[in-house]
Amino acid sequence: MDITIIKPILPEIVMAALACVVLILELFIHKKETIGVFAILAVAAVSYVIPQSFGSAFNGMFISDGYSVFFKFIFFINLILAVLISIRYLKIERSEFGEYYSLMMFATLGMMIMASATDLIVLYLGLELMALSTYILAGFIRHDRRSNEAALKYFFLGAFSSAILLYGITMIYALTGTTNILAIASQLQGKMTTQLILAIVFLVVAFGFKIALAPFHMWTPDVYEGAPTSITAFMSVGPKAAAFAALGRVFTTGLIDFAPDWRGILIALSILTMAVGNILAIQQSNIKRMLAYSSIAHAGYAVIGVIAGGAEGLSAMMNYLFIYAFMNIGAFAVVIMLRVEGVKGEELEHYRGLAKTHPLAAVLMLIFMFSLTGIPPTGGFIGKFYLFKAAVGAGYAWLAVVAVVFSVISAYFYLRVVMYMYMHEPEGEPAALATSTPLGLALLITTIMVIVLGVYPSPFLAFARLAIG
Amino acid sequence: MPGTYLPSNYLPVFIFLVVAIAFGLGALLIGAIFRIRRPYKEKLMPYESGIDPVGEPRVRFSIRFYIIAMLFVVFDVEAIFLYPWAVVFDKIGLYAFVEMVIFIFILLVGYLYAWKKEAFTWE
Amino acid sequence: MVPLHWYLWLGSLVFCIGMFGFLTRRNVIIMFLSIELMLNGVNISLVALSHYMQDLRGQVLTLFVIAVAAAEAAIGLAIVIALFRNKPTTHLDEIKEMKG
Repeated sequence: MDITIIKPILPEIVMAALACVVLILELFIHKKETIGVFAILAVAAVSYVIPQSFGSAFNGMFISDGYSVFFKFIFFINLILAVLISIRYLKIERSEFGEYYSLMMFATLGMMIMASATDLIVLYLGLELMALSTYILAGFIRHDRRSNEAALKYFFLGAFSSAILLYGITMIYALTGTTNILAIASQLQGKMTTQLILAIVFLVVAFGFKIALAPFHMWTPDVYEGAPTSITAFMSVGPKAAAFAALGRVFTTGLIDFAPDWRGILIALSILTMAVGNILAIQQSNIKRMLAYSSIAHAGYAVIGVIAGGAEGLSAMMNYLFIYAFMNIGAFAVVIMLRVEGVKGEELEHYRGLAKTHPLAAVLMLIFMFSLTGIPPTGGFIGKFYLFKAAVGAGYAWLAVVAVVFSVISAYFYLRVVMYMYMHEPEGEPAALATSTPLGLALLITTIMVIVLGVYPSPFLAFARLAIG
Repeated sequence: MPGTYLPSNYLPVFIFLVVAIAFGLGALLIGAIFRIRRPYKEKLMPYESGIDPVGEPRVRFSIRFYIIAMLFVVFDVEAIFLYPWAVVFDKIGLYAFVEMVIFIFILLVGYLYAWKKEAFTWE
Repeated sequence: MVPLHWYLWLGSLVFCIGMFGFLTRRNVIIMFLSIELMLNGVNISLVALSHYMQDLRGQVLTLFVIAVAAAEAAIGLAIVIALFRNKPTTHLDEIKEMKG
């Protein structure tokens, strides 16, 4: 048998092999930072084989195309930044175990498989690999009850949603006799049936759980608050982007003939998600919880890209997730910086007068908060602008207006953090910051990218457009 | 009319089921009617090979049991991939062999990890 | 031959029992079993469909579901044990460190 047929899946194979190597290395290396560095080197190795990987493999079950490669780069950025912000943080939480990095790599592998899957079976496997690794990571601080609880809740809701996804897949299989996403469209021939509506609903519910669309978002605040902060950053970007990749592929390829049907569902969910995320975020006093609701709201915005559809909508969605990766992980990096021995640094109160005590940290947080709100000249503005432009172009101007209104509401709670930092006087002794070289590097990368994407976005936007083809 | 589809070859199974239930219930019933009831303390005691039972029946099991059970479940179920592989092995040949070697090797990595973490040692 | 829709009804019934159990029960272990029931409901449907359509994909997916369910069971148990060490309960309503 010809060995070149594995070429499209080569990045995944390399990733899997290196993740196994990292797992074994953990047994022999006592300095755990080294393993973190190795994980970053592994990403470099995988990126190196990606350019040669384009093509389709295993009878069209797996594809490496521009769409999947773009998402894979989002996952790599997510992994690298998450590793960088973890190194000091894990020491402070007294949970320095090398498995952490290999689990992150396995989760990333799962995401890569999801983005490349053109068969529902492969999609399911990638999803489970990602989800199972993330469940463990959410409960990684074993001695912390909140972390345990986060893992348990995430596990139950995740397992429930994948069972629902499986039932949806079964129904599609019953209707078409195939699980290939590309073949589904030709088998269905645009014939609408009750069972198909049910299958679409099941798929929407399952993906809704993964990307935290209201009303399937209930797990998000608790899990994001309880999980280690570095993992909250990791799973608010990676798994979400992976689920978006799968959602985009299944709905705009396999079920494209039924776009009017699923669009209606997604529009309703999108509006509800933006409402729930932005309005409930207002009353949060815990920063991690507030960012959890903010991440729910951002999922609501990104869905607009899928609703708008076409190359325009999808590339806007991809760009949005790309920008979101930087600004969200950046914000979490600042939260991590405030976490020192004895101080959780998660409450809004801890940000009181930060501009006086730690001006640089305050400026960075300011940039990320502005970007999350969508104020120019930050990346967040560009992301939202192209999303709403795509929505208007697809004839959903009213949806764009609704999204803008909710963005304005979101300014209230994002800028409240800024107000706490700049308008309030610091109370008591200022706590030291838990800075470290890797964390500084992560903050540098995220800040530069958020600003560059805001000021000069055209090369990055062109990249996404090119990826769609 | 789903009933009409029921094939007659399932009839023996059905008869067997009825007979089995009737036999079990019948034995219990006959015993209950004819046996002499004369209970006393030693007779009602749980039977542990003639030795007096010690302690509560609901004891907390060592956490080790769960860890071994988890490892067993994972490694046991992975074996299901060997069945379809064995069925089509002669049709695919060397390629299948190499693939299964890789698969077993990945399992081995997990095994090595568990071993080194002393998941198999009992204190 | 037993007709296909009998199997599909059985599969969906098992799935619904699992879903109902998951949504109504609050014991961690029972919820766990409910998820397994849901997965097995899916498995019944998949194997039946696969047999009637003479297409192997359904059975392939079933094998993967079984393997994934085992991994899921191991991880779920591990999480429950980790939680149990810090707080000896298996009732979900008593696990409420965070809310709002």
